[in-house]
Amino acid sequence: MRAVFQVLLAALREIFDEGPYARFLASHRLPASAASYRLFLEQRFDGRPRRCC
Amino acid sequence: MHLHRRLRWPAWFAVAALGALALATIALHRGESINALWLVVAALCTYAVGYRFYAKFIATRVLLIDAARATPAERLNNGRDFVPTNKWVVFGHHFAAIAGPGPLVGPVLAAQFGYLPGTLWLIIGAVLGGCVQDFVILLFSVRRDGKSLGQMARDEIGKVGGFVAFLAVMSIITILLSAIALVVVNALKGSPWGTFTIAMTIPIAVLMGVYLRRLRPGKVLETSLLGFALVLLAVFGGAYVSHSALLSRWFTFGAPALAVMIIVYGFAASALPVWLLLAPRDYLSTFVKLGTIAILAVGIFAVRPELHMPAMTRFIDGSGPVFGGKLFPFAFITIACGAVSGFHSLISSGTTPKLIARETQVRMVGYGAMACESLVGVMAMIAACVMQPGTYFAINSPAGLVGGDAAAAAQTISSWGFPVTAAEMTRLAHAVGEQTLFNRTGGAPAFAVGMAHIFSRSIGGEAVMAVWYHFAIMFEALFILTVLDAGTRVGRFLLQDWLGGLWKPLGRTSSYPSILLTSALVVGAWGYFLWQGVRDPLGGINSLWPLFGIANQLLATVALCVATTILIKSGRLKYCWVTLLPLVWLVAVTFTASLQKIFHPDPRIGFLAEAQRLLAAVPDNAARAAELQRLAFNAYLNAAVTGALLLLVLVLLLQSGWRWYQVISGCAARVSTETPFVATSYAREEA
Repeated sequence: MRAVFQVLLAALREIFDEGPYARFLASHRLPASAASYRLFLEQRFDGRPRRCC
Repeated sequence: MHLHRRLRWPAWFAVAALGALALATIALHRGESINALWLVVAALCTYAVGYRFYAKFIATRVLLIDAARATPAERLNNGRDFVPTNKWVVFGHHFAAIAGPGPLVGPVLAAQFGYLPGTLWLIIGAVLGGCVQDFVILLFSVRRDGKSLGQMARDEIGKVGGFVAFLAVMSIITILLSAIALVVVNALKGSPWGTFTIAMTIPIAVLMGVYLRRLRPGKVLETSLLGFALVLLAVFGGAYVSHSALLSRWFTFGAPALAVMIIVYGFAASALPVWLLLAPRDYLSTFVKLGTIAILAVGIFAVRPELHMPAMTRFIDGSGPVFGGKLFPFAFITIACGAVSGFHSLISSGTTPKLIARETQVRMVGYGAMACESLVGVMAMIAACVMQPGTYFAINSPAGLVGGDAAAAAQTISSWGFPVTAAEMTRLAHAVGEQTLFNRTGGAPAFAVGMAHIFSRSIGGEAVMAVWYHFAIMFEALFILTVLDAGTRVGRFLLQDWLGGLWKPLGRTSSYPSILLTSALVVGAWGYFLWQGVRDPLGGINSLWPLFGIANQLLATVALCVATTILIKSGRLKYCWVTLLPLVWLVAVTFTASLQKIFHPDPRIGFLAEAQRLLAAVPDNAARAAELQRLAFNAYLNAAVTGALLLLVLVLLLQSGWRWYQVISGCAARVSTETPFVATSYAREEA
């Protein structure tokens, strides 16, 4: 049950970009801040289709 | 273990038999209402059998999925875009990306033919077409370092293929955005409750954006929960607004005013910084979407509603009020998402292939997530069909066809054999907190009524039907407006990329003059079609939704052409039927629908016949004459757009066919575009 909950939480973190943001900070060696988050979002919503119709 | 193996085949036989029984029940049942669970059982069993046997056959024989081969997520792992990820996490991510408003709206509109044609197409189309497309494109992208569909089309078919893919995406974006914006306009016109709730989602999203950026950077789940609570407050606040004489006046708008507001909103969302409006809305709508789909599934299982719509209606002959045209090809154009959606191929060749840790997971993510989306489509069909057919047609028939007067409309609809009275419709409208439900075309109000019907039977009864109805409207409109602003932004980037080739400054995505110009061009394009739909006496959906379906299926044709070409070029000619059969079906559907939309003599179907009818009409005054000229121009424009889409399919098919001939006849070498094999380290770890 605990494992299921952990996977569910991980899926939600991926869907809602929390996981990608953590990876972004780690790979760019940036601290969590308003400026870093803005940079992340600009790259995340860079014009590739993210959601379908 | 032995017992498990011995039981496996009888268990699969039981699943197949149950699926066959459910399919036979929904196909052969006539005259009486049928329980909605039969549709769900038929769908679940067919998906299970399709996944276990057909998808496995494709994985092992056709795609030669290799458990020992490293994926780009493993080889190119950079901790950012390429990251090996838990298969269930990738599955959830992929499903959240592909499930949009399409599978909710299309089946509701196609319910005019009855529940049977749409349901069969949703189930069979998905298992043999849509799931296959998503699966093979995802695997081919994984085998090519996560390349996009456009890149693969260029590499495999040639420059023409890449250009057709680009034009198809731009066409889809333009037509899709206008069609779904029209759905929102029709849902909100004359509805102060709905308009207030949706208007409130804008400051809520801005608040979320500021909270996310300034107070809790990156804490999206927490912020989305906060946003969801505020949206629920807005739904309840809408009831107060609709009962207040002053406030309800402020939030009551006609279709043209709402269209202008949505156009202005689309422009602002595309031009404003992404963190302020677009990103928080995207998260909020995803949160609401996943939650609502889950509740709808639970509601259907808990209530097990009866379907009142017949299996097939008289409108399979093409005379339907929701949209004109016969069952073939229009049922298959109207339901694109949920059965086969070309747009999915963009997602399958986008972020997802960069997260897949093992090739063996591609089947579950690609095929499995699409099967789940198809189930969402089946649930939308159920929501539309739980209503009495008379009610369904009263909501979905345009005033131009049944009349604007409630009594006259009820009489016309009753004369079709679907009894309904003005008094019943008034009672229903009051129960859901609206002034009227007549002529609410577009699918969203009908879906909301059906959903409210199901929900109110499980929680709260009739007393809370209005809240459920407006929750459903909020959910759909929020969902659609998110696609609208994200789609406009994608269109803007694509246009900037293309214009940058002509003049470099226009390609700079951070240059404000370029942002404003390209945003205006994209918004102007879909805004024009939206305006045209709003002014259409037949409600607009009649012409816009089929155009969207054709554009979406065109993109699926591009994807399946790419997949077939790869199969042929890689020496798997004997298995190319796996993608060729859905391709042939889609070409037949797209060509027939396009030709009928252009040349059909019935003005409700053929654009040219409609233009000629309008030009032949005798106007009462100069203003009416000008309006008729404008409407005729729009019909000619629609015919030209449809013709252009048809031409694109033709060019792509000829180019692909020539490429296939060259490879099969030996004139061209079979060159693999796959990245070379590298052994995965995960297999060793497992061993």
